[in-house]
Amino acid sequence: MDRHIDEELKELHKEILSIGVLTQEAIFKSIEALKNRDKAEAQEVIDTDSRIDTLELEVDERCIDLIARYQPLASDLRFITTGMKINAELERIADLAVDICQRVLDLVDKPLLKPLIDIPKLSDIAQTMIRDAIDAFIKKDVVLAKKVILSDAQADELRNLVQEELINDYMAHDASTADRAVPLLLIARHLERICDHATNIAEDVVYMVEAKILRHHPEELE
Amino acid sequence: MAKIITKNLNLWYGNFQALKNINSVFEVNRITAIIGPSGCGKSTLLRVFNRMNDLIEGVRTDGEVLIDDINALNSHTDLVVLRKKVGMVFQRPNPFPLSIYENIVFGEKIHADSITRDKLDEIVKKSLRDVLLWDELKDRLNEPALRLSLEQRQRLCIARLIAVKPDVLLMDEPCSALDPQATARIEELMRELKNNYTIIIVTHNMQQAARVSDDAGFMLLGELIEFGKTEDIFTKPKDKRTEDYITGRYG
Repeated sequence: MDRHIDEELKELHKEILSIGVLTQEAIFKSIEALKNRDKAEAQEVIDTDSRIDTLELEVDERCIDLIARYQPLASDLRFITTGMKINAELERIADLAVDICQRVLDLVDKPLLKPLIDIPKLSDIAQTMIRDAIDAFIKKDVVLAKKVILSDAQADELRNLVQEELINDYMAHDASTADRAVPLLLIARHLERICDHATNIAEDVVYMVEAKILRHHPEELE
Repeated sequence: MAKIITKNLNLWYGNFQALKNINSVFEVNRITAIIGPSGCGKSTLLRVFNRMNDLIEGVRTDGEVLIDDINALNSHTDLVVLRKKVGMVFQRPNPFPLSIYENIVFGEKIHADSITRDKLDEIVKKSLRDVLLWDELKDRLNEPALRLSLEQRQRLCIARLIAVKPDVLLMDEPCSALDPQATARIEELMRELKNNYTIIIVTHNMQQAARVSDDAGFMLLGELIEFGKTEDIFTKPKDKRTEDYITGRYG
């Protein structure tokens, strides 16, 4: 039986998906801006963030409206509440892309401290995690969601590697590198936080599909 | 603590099997909601608990309905005692065409051989207090009960029930004749009453079941498909049939 709420849920699905696409684009462009030392591209990411903010509010309003009018239960309820949370996670991710771009703007006019190796790697992991987390949401794919959750450790490791290298090999030897090392360090931190948000999305997907809460219960992830 | 336990309970109306192997536990001081589409057997199950189905010709049961560990289905069960212990509130409030006062003491007069006027006054006061009607009605006790609003009548019926000191309150769609405000107030009353009684409610109103109950059971075609804590039934039902029903895909 097709219910009236099904149409609304489809719309919600579409809206979250479009925020997902815009967010993925924002991260991709922020790292491209870093690699190509492209001020204009960094600025573009910063400028388009307000679009994501507007969409976030729209999704939130739609969710509240659905709860008020339909009093959804069971899987409908889990879909809507998860949708709200994923919406907030995506908006935070987009904000982190903006943060990265601001660091890029700090760096572009200064000489390159070192060739970028681990940060692009970390960025690849972050982008893959987000893509998979959104895919898992769309396809209600718990296996893919769990894969995302497990990838997070790799991101933490890379962030530590970048951090150690920048501190030990550069800042500890020559304090004057700090103004170029610190933005890179922050970018690594922002990327790692993006991975954390992707992990949250994946955990929310598991809850949506299986009603199992993985947040703060890593042992539940067989 | 369990108040009512059904074990392999089956019930037939003639050749039609209305209840199929029902195993369930109804706890003291909790509200249990039974939900399910029309004809699923939920009212039949409710009526087994005080043997109201006995009034229907051709009814046959097997299995057990243990109320305080005693099987209510025993042939020697005293039905008057059983129905005093397990009282029922119906869909339409059905006060007797008597005064408010006489409605409440009606049961006590049947169950007790002789009782003083003072004692009856006390019962009326306490029962009306318990259903939060005393302040409204204390000066109108001799008025006909049929002059009351629907909500007041339903409260009066609950007062009439608790006047005979039951343990279990069965409620069959107790709010279906009431407007949303009156419904909210009866639900509030149910929450008050559960501190002293075991309450079992049958309702078509899913939101009401979700709001008011602690435990919930979903029935379909005479079977108890799923039974558990209300929060689990309404957020993460285990059976697909429960999921389909409560999300409005079925029934």
